[in-house]
Amino acid sequence: MNKLNFLQPDKNNLNNYLYTGTILVALSIFIVFLNSFFNKDLISFLPGTLSFFLPLILGFIGLHLIRIEYSGLKFLDSINKHINTNNFNAFLSLLIVFVVIKSLPPLLSWFILDANIAGDSKDVCTGTGACWTYIKIWFNRFMYGMYPNAEQWRINLSFIALAFLGTIGFFATEKFKKYLTLYYVVIYPVIAFFFIFFFISGGPIFFDFSYGIIAAVISIIIGFFIPSKFKMYYFIIVPITLYILLKYVFFYEELIELGKLEALEWVETGAWGGLSLTFIVSFFCLIFCFPIGLFLSLGRRSDFPIIKYFSIGMIEFWRGVPLITVLFMSSVMFPMFLPEDMFIDKLVRVIIAISLFEAAYVAEVIRGGLQALPRGQYDAAKSLGMGYWKMHILVILPQALKLVIPGIANTFLALVKDTPLIFVVGLLEIVGMLNLAKTNPEWLGFAMEGYVFASVLFFIICYAMSKYSYNLEQKYKTER
Amino acid sequence: MSDKIIQITEMNKWFGDFQVLKNINLEVEKNKKIVVCGPSGSGKSTLIRCINRLEEHQEGSIIVDGNELTADTKDIEKIRAEVGMVFQQFNLFPHLSILDNCTLAPIWVKKMPKKDAEDLAIQHLEKVQIADQANKYPGQLSGGQQQRCAIARALCMEPKIMLFDEPTSALDPEMIKEVLDAMVNLAKAGMTMIVVTHEMGFAKEVADEVIFMDEGMIVEKADTKEFFANPKSDRTKLFLSQIL
Repeated sequence: MNKLNFLQPDKNNLNNYLYTGTILVALSIFIVFLNSFFNKDLISFLPGTLSFFLPLILGFIGLHLIRIEYSGLKFLDSINKHINTNNFNAFLSLLIVFVVIKSLPPLLSWFILDANIAGDSKDVCTGTGACWTYIKIWFNRFMYGMYPNAEQWRINLSFIALAFLGTIGFFATEKFKKYLTLYYVVIYPVIAFFFIFFFISGGPIFFDFSYGIIAAVISIIIGFFIPSKFKMYYFIIVPITLYILLKYVFFYEELIELGKLEALEWVETGAWGGLSLTFIVSFFCLIFCFPIGLFLSLGRRSDFPIIKYFSIGMIEFWRGVPLITVLFMSSVMFPMFLPEDMFIDKLVRVIIAISLFEAAYVAEVIRGGLQALPRGQYDAAKSLGMGYWKMHILVILPQALKLVIPGIANTFLALVKDTPLIFVVGLLEIVGMLNLAKTNPEWLGFAMEGYVFASVLFFIICYAMSKYSYNLEQKYKTER
Repeated sequence: MSDKIIQITEMNKWFGDFQVLKNINLEVEKNKKIVVCGPSGSGKSTLIRCINRLEEHQEGSIIVDGNELTADTKDIEKIRAEVGMVFQQFNLFPHLSILDNCTLAPIWVKKMPKKDAEDLAIQHLEKVQIADQANKYPGQLSGGQQQRCAIARALCMEPKIMLFDEPTSALDPEMIKEVLDAMVNLAKAGMTMIVVTHEMGFAKEVADEVIFMDEGMIVEKADTKEFFANPKSDRTKLFLSQIL
């Protein structure tokens, strides 16, 4: 039998070290657990400082004893490799475990055990925990802002329809795959735009939207039977003609007579709000800022001085100004430069402003990707007879964009989290609604619940986006 | 006159203040194989990059297949499509499979139907013996395989002239042979080729003419046998004595 050396545990007495060490670590965790969950202090007889640090010391010694390299036990080896590589790491691991155990009970009690969700007034919230009743009562407002309750189905329907249209790519058959890019880059944003600005907004303008959709659908169906030679002209001429016919010849007069023009109640954008507004603003800004940023980044590398300096000017201007100023200018200053009778909706102005602002960042991110490509790729593309656009679309951009997916995701996440700033122009998305709700005299004092709720929502949105970007990265990884 | 596919007269080129090419005169006839050699920094690569205008020249004229290359040349892409080029660093497109690398330009530049382009690509990949790798990505191939793919990619545009810019300099000695074999086969098939290389064995085997460049000038231009047996200038003799 080898002598036990507690300063240098080795493989010879594996079991002895293992049992002693495990018992010590388990004991230390048990003490902290009892203390934190049941408020019992097993070691209170010891002097204050010692009883405070004893679990840490016990666990530390225990971890030291089980730190045996190549013990042959898989579980032990993986622990040693990941959390117990040396004294310092063992100490950090213990500390983290203890902090988690210590902080669980208060968190649990605030979130669940002592929280209230029943009832529908402030009075039910008597416990020391969170008052989820507040969130429940205000939920509708947090989601839809001041949008009239009776009309909220329009928002739901639009979002469901857009989500469905967005997933079409997964169901596309091989034959239609090649049109997918066109669909997502051009058609989908246009449909989304019409949906949101005409359907959610409602009013007489909604009918223009319906005519547009009908014209588009009819012309697409007929379009499949048109020889590809004429498709180009066909898709320009026919939808417009159909639209004009529908609007001015077939329906317009009749509908005015029937008095049906106001079928969808008009809801001005000032009343939109809550999470749905967060989605609307983020969605459009993402869609718009990307192509603008792309063109700016290409423009900045252009050989034509006018394009080059215009792009540099745009990028540096928008990057140099705080977002809050941009929003303020878009809502206060910009209308002054417009002719008297011209009116651009506040929400549209805000979306344009944020898009331009973020486009500058996107442009610089993409430029980073463009610069990372070796010159040989340009040479090779040129030597095969490709012009500027073919070279960029087929060779350069696919590689550059793939490189900058993390950077783009970064910018997009920042954008989503910047949307609450639109409160400066009086648009209240979810955080804005929270701020409004917390100042309601009926519901004072529940700011915490509101912010926790918003944080969770934002976290879910942003985490989903970041996961998606990571998936994209993996999907397009072709090197090695 | 008509079989002179490349004509360079009195061409000068500067990078900033530094003159890289001095008074270059060169005529290449159809189906001839020219090897350009010389010490590094002598302007060999710049010379052949000028031929498909990856570099611009400032003085003199370059006429490729009857079209003069100038800043005003509108359809430079058309001329480039007729001049294939193979680079030292292969420069395959890493985001595309080998097959897609070969079909990309025929489909998008020549507007060839996809099916035809793929048949053509397979045909050329077979010639360089990597048809079995067609669905892999460049990153999965060895240097020699990548370079042969680059040759196939250039051939898929069915060029009239092929330019090689030190195609074997970035390769292991073992892989050099497979690339040179592919080039020898190409030469035997009658392609017009201009090859910048240090492989004197290759030059002896296929070249009709050898050009020796130093400090941006063509020092010597002679038939291959003449060039190796009986070099005229001292600079050439020195170079050959070091490299052979």
